[in-house]
Amino acid sequence: MKILVLIKQVPDTTDVKIDPVTNTLKREGVAAVINPFDMYAIEEALRVKERIGRDAEVVAISMGPPQAKEALKEAISMGCDSAILLSDRKFAGSDTWATSYTLSQAVKKIGDYKVIFCGKQASDGDTAQVGPGVSMHLDIPQVTYVKKIEKIDGEKATLERMTEEGYDIIETPLPAVFTVVKEINEPRLPSLKGKMKAKKAEIPVWSAEDIGCEEDKIGLDGSPTRVVKVFTPAPREGGQIIAGEADEIAVKLAVVLKDIVLGG
Amino acid sequence: MNYLLTEEQEMIRDLCRQIAEEKIKPVAAEYDEKNEFPWEIVKIMAESDIFGVYIPEEYGGMGGGVLEMAIATENLSWGCGGIALAFAATGLGTYPILLYANDQQKAKYLPDIAAGKTLAAFCITEAEAGSDAGGIKTTAKKDGDHYILNGTKQWITNGGEAEIYTVIAMTDKTKGPRGASAFIVEKNTPGVSFGKKEDKLGIRGSATREVIFTDCKIPKENLLGKEGLGFIVAMKTFDHSRPGVAAQAVGIAQRALDEAVKYAHERRQFGNTISSFQGIQWMLADMATQVEASRALIYAAARMVDSGAKNIAKISAMSKMFASDVAMKVTTDAVQIFGGYGYMKEYPVEKLMRDAKITQIYEGTNQIQRSVIASALIKEGLAK
Amino acid sequence: MPQKEMIRIVMDKCTGCTLCVKACPFGAITIEAKKAVIDISRCTLCGACVEVCKFKAIELDKKEAKTSVDFSLYKDVWVFAEQKKGKVQSVAYELLGKGRELADKLGVDLCAVLLGDKVEAECAELVARGADKVYMVDNPKLKAYLDDPYTKVLTRLVGKYKPEIVLCGATVIGRSLISRVAVTINAGLTADCTGLDIDEKEKILLQTRPAFGGNIMATIITPNHRPQMSTVRHKVMKELSPDTSRKGEIIKEEFSPETFESRTVLKDIVEEIEETVNLAEADIIVSGGRGVGAPENFSMIKELALSLNAALGASRASVDAGWIPYSHQVGQTGKTVCPKLYIACGISGQIQHLIGMQSSDVIIAINKDPDAPIFKVATYGIVGDIFKIVPALTKEFKKILK
Repeated sequence: MKILVLIKQVPDTTDVKIDPVTNTLKREGVAAVINPFDMYAIEEALRVKERIGRDAEVVAISMGPPQAKEALKEAISMGCDSAILLSDRKFAGSDTWATSYTLSQAVKKIGDYKVIFCGKQASDGDTAQVGPGVSMHLDIPQVTYVKKIEKIDGEKATLERMTEEGYDIIETPLPAVFTVVKEINEPRLPSLKGKMKAKKAEIPVWSAEDIGCEEDKIGLDGSPTRVVKVFTPAPREGGQIIAGEADEIAVKLAVVLKDIVLGG
Repeated sequence: MNYLLTEEQEMIRDLCRQIAEEKIKPVAAEYDEKNEFPWEIVKIMAESDIFGVYIPEEYGGMGGGVLEMAIATENLSWGCGGIALAFAATGLGTYPILLYANDQQKAKYLPDIAAGKTLAAFCITEAEAGSDAGGIKTTAKKDGDHYILNGTKQWITNGGEAEIYTVIAMTDKTKGPRGASAFIVEKNTPGVSFGKKEDKLGIRGSATREVIFTDCKIPKENLLGKEGLGFIVAMKTFDHSRPGVAAQAVGIAQRALDEAVKYAHERRQFGNTISSFQGIQWMLADMATQVEASRALIYAAARMVDSGAKNIAKISAMSKMFASDVAMKVTTDAVQIFGGYGYMKEYPVEKLMRDAKITQIYEGTNQIQRSVIASALIKEGLAK
Repeated sequence: MPQKEMIRIVMDKCTGCTLCVKACPFGAITIEAKKAVIDISRCTLCGACVEVCKFKAIELDKKEAKTSVDFSLYKDVWVFAEQKKGKVQSVAYELLGKGRELADKLGVDLCAVLLGDKVEAECAELVARGADKVYMVDNPKLKAYLDDPYTKVLTRLVGKYKPEIVLCGATVIGRSLISRVAVTINAGLTADCTGLDIDEKEKILLQTRPAFGGNIMATIITPNHRPQMSTVRHKVMKELSPDTSRKGEIIKEEFSPETFESRTVLKDIVEEIEETVNLAEADIIVSGGRGVGAPENFSMIKELALSLNAALGASRASVDAGWIPYSHQVGQTGKTVCPKLYIACGISGQIQHLIGMQSSDVIIAINKDPDAPIFKVATYGIVGDIFKIVPALTKEFKKILK
């Protein structure tokens, strides 16, 4: 039984800083990491494999430039059995529609899967659309915001889906797509044996042709949305600094905020 | 800095450092305060295959040597010198098996140690026999197909937590230095008991207890090597493990240096960061240089041991002595740089100073190390 | 014959100044041998580099981002009226507020789409909040959200009535539902928009959202696909006050039983009680950050919050350190809040946190570091020790609130 995990390599946003002179992103030397939410997806996939045992296999898939192989190797070092990279210049400029289509084509080629795990959203794009997109392209059910898998076997699963007020309990037949939230687990660290395996691992690279993508559905052409402008936001004006001893400051502030605080 | 490590050694370094930063550092102060054994960290290290780093592949390990073990210890110690001992002291307890066990013994014990399922501990020190290891009084009396052990070992790291104890005991008092032998004792053997957990100045994330043998009957198959080899087993074990203690020391020292540098940038006095004052700068420069020198010596010693060289006692002792003295100095200086804050438990450096002290004492005090070095020098001198 | 790339560096103009490298939100530009090199596999042709290059050394063939297909059949602005337990959620009213503006600019109707069981009573409020029409589908199987029936119903409604714009709340339900619909009908979907506007000339929707943690804003359009779909977070847009004099049409839609079939089954709904004031709805929020230092110090922050009857918030640093649960986290990976008053204690103001709170009306920042970024957005900044200031504030507020 194959368990698939769709991961994305993203810039490490905790490293991203603003250049005070040009007011733009400082991008040199920013490390690329596995999208943090995908780490939870990988961990859950590995746990499901451990629960099911026997012939369960975890395959990590990513669509990206050749550097994304590093992310896939990290997935293998955590315990994934194998990985596949989808890389092709034709994929450049893909928005989430084209990305979910491309990933689905690869999933169809792999076949024989029961569960597809995705992280809730990517820390760079933040759209949370790829998981549901994949489920629609493959016409399989989805459960989003999964915070716990109560039961799972080869045919169906019972899960807790996080809501704003608490959670819902959902039962779904398999195969299905699950997008997971941080509350679901604590991702494991890589192991030395995993790292050795990752070092030696052969990661096949599939092109658009390999997975039978229709040209008008991938890359920029396949993306209904188009970025037309990129600008730095007007910075919010900083206000005044209040100085003095703690007690003086408290009195000054209380006067200034009185209306708001008293519910005016 | 490039230490010319292999890819595998870098992998070990990076993973251990990641464990130290993400898993050990956040909980170190709590384990230190509560004097608790870090089982949750042991589990994490086991899952990441750390315990097998220096154990041969055929027993489930990575097949690395003393350098790999030292790199692992150094980076784990950066997180906490006490917590790292769950790994490092297991190494000390395992080396007698690695060096002197037969195939059956290795096959029986090494796989579980490599998998992190069982911890190990080395037992030689007694109340009346510290530096004077020859004065041990624990006896192992041959009795048919068994040996009966009687005596008390003191200050055993991992004592009470480990499953496997490698024990040096007297089999024949009349033979003096040739009268001791080495044994493997399993925790649940009847006759094995433990004293209370010691309340220590530092490395409180590790467990130190007396190990007491009362008519403890072990099968004769548990003898390591031959009767009479006991002190040789101990000496050879220390030759391999001393770079590990040195590594623990340099890990602690590096952490102290990192904290001091960071603090010096943050702390402002007289209108400037203290890192801009020459006095502080010179202290930091000395600290950093000493740490690099320790590391260079440790790696050289480890590489020499791994090369199979015969006369490793001297360099092994040098690395332990130097690194531990450096660690004590660097951690003390770090507290000094932090000033009043350094003295407060809220800040991490006082713990580092307390942790560093033991590295000058155990696995042979630095005075013994000096004797070992001197005696090697003299021997070499005479041979010329 | 090698294909000409749509973006290229004009080598003899490029000086290797690296402005483009810094401007690129996708890390697609590097400098090799003192010239810029664009990694086509990362480039999204957004044009940020073209704008910053002082030497006009980057050429971009902008693909005609003008509408080239006739979409005159598509009219009206739709808002998905999310309901839970039969009550429409406030995010839907916020979207109607914005939707009204968009519909007026386009000269079309604003319609709410309401799916549920016995929800007819909610239609009046939807009209009062700005809707000209309400498309309602009432069926017991739609009582609680399920992916399959909701996706099918909304897809079929969109197919039948052809709205040009569909807006939906970026909630658990909204995000799950709208992505599925967008993929099915091959529409463009932009998530978490912070700004929505109409391009007067082209009559298309301009969707603005942050990228890379909010330091860069991107404006996105869907030129060649309809409807144009967007999700918007709670508290970003402003709702209109209810106007009960407004009139609107309620259109009830029916579908065949198979539309309501679901592969997944909802077994149970479990609610977990939050002990403090709901963060997203609070008028005043007091947050603690890394500067708080230790879990026991959070009680000081909590006291200030209590003295103001405020909700308790936190930066990611304090949540990650385990000092306070994730439900209190404000920021990019936490909640977005827009209170009247936000007091940030010991929070440096990293961009990931600012995104979650910078639209607060009044921001007070207390931090011992005068260079902390939070001071750039604070209405009133205090450079000082939170351990002195916060208790003093608590004391003072308790006095005036007596």
